[in-house]
Amino acid sequence: MIRKAVGLALASALSVQVSAATEIEWWHAMGGSLGEKVNEIAEGFNNSQDAYVVKPVFKGNYTETMTAAVAAFRAHQQPHVVQVFEVGTASMMAAKGAVYPTWKLMADAGVEFDPSDYLSSVTGYYTSNDGKMLSMPFNSSTPVLYYNKDALAKVGAEPPKTWEEIGQVGKKLIDAGYKCGFTTGWQSWVQLENFSARHDLPFATQNNGFGGTDTELVINSPAHVKHIAQLAEWQKSGIFSYGGRRSDSAPKFYSGECAMYMNSSASYSGVKGAVSDFEFGVSQLPYWKSMIDTPKNTIIGGATLWTLNGHDAEDYKGVAQFFSYLSSPEVQADWHQFTGYLPITYAAAELTRKQGFYEQNPGTDVAITQMTSGTPTANSKGLRLGNFVQIRDIINEELENVWSGKATAQDALDRAVERGNTLLRKFERSNG
Amino acid sequence: MAPQLLVTLVFFIWPAGQAVWQSFLVEDAFGLSTEFVWFENYAQIFTDSRYYHTLWTTIIFSAGVTLMSMGVSLLLAVMADQVVRGAQVYKTLLIWPYAVAPAVAGVLWLFMFHPTVGVLAYMLDTIGIEWNHFLDGDQALLLVIIAAAWKQISYNFLFFLAGLQAIPQSLHEAAAIDGAGPGRRFFTITFPLLSPTTFFLLVVNVVYAFFDTFGIIHAVTKGGPGDSTRTLVYNVFDDGFVGLDLGGSAAQSVVLMVLVGLMTVVQFRFVERKVQY
Amino acid sequence: MVENRFWLNLLSHLVLGLGVLLVAFPIWIAFVASTHSAQGLVSGTIPFWPGDLFLENFSQVLSGGNDGSVGVSAMLMLFNSLVMALGISIGKIVISLMAAYAIVFFRFPLRSVCFWIIFMTLMLPVEVRIMPTFQVVANLNLLDSYTGLTLPLIASATATFLLRQFYMTIPPELVEAARVDGAGPVKFLFDILLPLSRTNLAALFVIMFIYGWNQYLWPLLVTTDEHYYTIVMGIQRMLAVGDDEVAWNIVMPTTLLAMLPPVGVVLMMQRLFVKGLVETEK
Repeated sequence: MIRKAVGLALASALSVQVSAATEIEWWHAMGGSLGEKVNEIAEGFNNSQDAYVVKPVFKGNYTETMTAAVAAFRAHQQPHVVQVFEVGTASMMAAKGAVYPTWKLMADAGVEFDPSDYLSSVTGYYTSNDGKMLSMPFNSSTPVLYYNKDALAKVGAEPPKTWEEIGQVGKKLIDAGYKCGFTTGWQSWVQLENFSARHDLPFATQNNGFGGTDTELVINSPAHVKHIAQLAEWQKSGIFSYGGRRSDSAPKFYSGECAMYMNSSASYSGVKGAVSDFEFGVSQLPYWKSMIDTPKNTIIGGATLWTLNGHDAEDYKGVAQFFSYLSSPEVQADWHQFTGYLPITYAAAELTRKQGFYEQNPGTDVAITQMTSGTPTANSKGLRLGNFVQIRDIINEELENVWSGKATAQDALDRAVERGNTLLRKFERSNG
Repeated sequence: MAPQLLVTLVFFIWPAGQAVWQSFLVEDAFGLSTEFVWFENYAQIFTDSRYYHTLWTTIIFSAGVTLMSMGVSLLLAVMADQVVRGAQVYKTLLIWPYAVAPAVAGVLWLFMFHPTVGVLAYMLDTIGIEWNHFLDGDQALLLVIIAAAWKQISYNFLFFLAGLQAIPQSLHEAAAIDGAGPGRRFFTITFPLLSPTTFFLLVVNVVYAFFDTFGIIHAVTKGGPGDSTRTLVYNVFDDGFVGLDLGGSAAQSVVLMVLVGLMTVVQFRFVERKVQY
Repeated sequence: MVENRFWLNLLSHLVLGLGVLLVAFPIWIAFVASTHSAQGLVSGTIPFWPGDLFLENFSQVLSGGNDGSVGVSAMLMLFNSLVMALGISIGKIVISLMAAYAIVFFRFPLRSVCFWIIFMTLMLPVEVRIMPTFQVVANLNLLDSYTGLTLPLIASATATFLLRQFYMTIPPELVEAARVDGAGPVKFLFDILLPLSRTNLAALFVIMFIYGWNQYLWPLLVTTDEHYYTIVMGIQRMLAVGDDEVAWNIVMPTTLLAMLPPVGVVLMMQRLFVKGLVETEK
């Protein structure tokens, strides 16, 4: 009893001490084991100093988190930091009065900060036209190809590098009695956005929207149509099998139904946990040999941390310190190794290599190699389109019409462009 | 009266008023730049053929859910009313799914019909039906209808059974003595006497299908594939909550409100009059 | 009865048995899923029979071992859900009772207008009017509070509608008799109407309790303090794993746990619940 009372008193004393420090709210969208890791990071920061306390709050999935933050901002209840997925970037950038740009935050707080420490293909997505970092990269991934080693060995095929080889391997698999050659997650991201970047094709005019909001989709170019038409043909013969908009297709790969699977590099731990009956390997996202000799880098997905205006200057010093802690090689290397997300700094990648992580976990470095080979071009720097969440949904809808045979690739992509442009005009108008 | 009116005013009329105001605006997500555009958002809705398609989907969906859930539960209720022993046990066994959250119900059915891992999809496959609701819009619509109807069966069953048990046994006996068989008795006595219950359930089910199935659709199909399972309410949510197009979404809300108003009037003016009390 | 009872009975039992199977099937699958490993559930077809990990999965859920990111124990979330469900159900019954009472028994100007307003507006679910409602709640400073969780969801068309239907069946003679006996409106409400509608209220309570218990999007938006998280939110958060794989073997037991209290309420109040409905229809 007494011990309990003492314990309570202690606890309350502690909590008083805690509330003396400035509290920084961080809304994020990381559920499950990722969420635990987020809490661990916040705890690490809180223990490293005692002026600030970062309080991570899980606000649902990406969409829910962003909407919650927007609603909170409109009601003047916004958090200090919010995690926003890459497709929300344009909306955040356009909200100039709401966002406290990271470069300015770091400068104002006098915290040491060198943008060149960060992977350029990651930060490129989130910098303004004059090269200033607007948000803090946190979790970034890029699509890669997972393959079933056993199945490929059985039909005597090498892991394919190009789409031409994918077709050949897929045919061999079907002939050998497999139900499906390959499947994909996040079709817009993998089969159109990254397809464009990899083949150095524009996804939209105005440098994919980096040049201004008066941008238009150009995904109905002959190259795009050819790719989607080929996938549609493969869908018919079973070489490709569509399995849902997000990562819904994953079980097709886990169960051995499809021998190849294109999805985020951050799915690595998920794949590793779920696959039991066969060995799997990871390789780079394929490209069309007929379209490009050396493929460009892929672009990222994932999310960054945005700072929102409207709090005390003192609070923002804490945010800056937290960002600096977050980018330290140790924290980043740990996050990278645990989650499969890319390390956001070169130092963290180097540290991971030194620790021997890549040797023990073959395939985990594919994403970094693929991201950092060559300098990003205007077409492979990223995308900055308003209303992109809905545009992706439109693309999903139209592609589904192609897979089910209701529309041809040309018609569907034409319609996607037309519908997408309407949304882009709407965004241009309200965000000028 | 006063408390309900107050709560209604504060938490409905006030937000609804804001929604109406919002529906005349074109605004960015954070509310930093605002432009008053009169009826442009509305014009956009009504010139969009997709919106009519959504309306059509909603009607099919609602009809499907209402018919399926009311049909199944009426059948079960009639049977449960019929049995001599065990009615109580059946009742207990049938009502608990009522407590399942819509989103969870959606997840459960998705889990069972999952084209790759689902038990039911597997069974369908063995009898030659290829199930892939990620690709086939009709199948997707059927799946959300089943999931939505499933959740509503318990509720309807309870109301039907209660209604049935309220019908005096003597009426049945009198009809039976007159030589009416079970089927005839059902249509000449039971069904007409059930009409207040049926009317009430009709209202509840249509409202349920229209407005409360959002969680299921959200969990199972997210409106896809294509836009084959996109209902009006899901569209409002998707445009507003996901797309952050507050003006367009608000305009759709207003249209919905008007629709609800019309539906209510129709139901009261025309249906209630025909129902026996 | 005149016809062959036996076959009719057998048919009834058969149909009912099928119905029970149909209704219980998803729950069975949920149960089965909570007895397997996470891996067994994403690779290959979901097994039809239970595995041997039942205790393991459940103890993991109860100890909160797997999903530390929720930050609070499942017990607290269950408690919050209980507070929210009770607040909504009791609050709704109280205000609907008064509203329906006023609509049926009093003549006052704009009576039917009031009824229409309540009835038609409240049909729109929270999901649709969620953004403006959030702003109202934020302006009233009710974020992160039990009041903010419950109050906006309290006004209910269903309850008002149901009670109105019931009150309309009360014979005018009874109202007249009460008036003759000198019972004022308040006395009439408490001494005659309430006892009469006790069972209806029980039915309403069950409906509203479940409605409150199953809310998801609203609590997600208005709470940032984990001490106000509800259990259904907890489940959704376990599903929102981003690029990770969903741990179905943990989600499913939690789902079953989250279902127990509302199912318990339904079963416990079953008698009153059903009786209440019978009386409504008389």
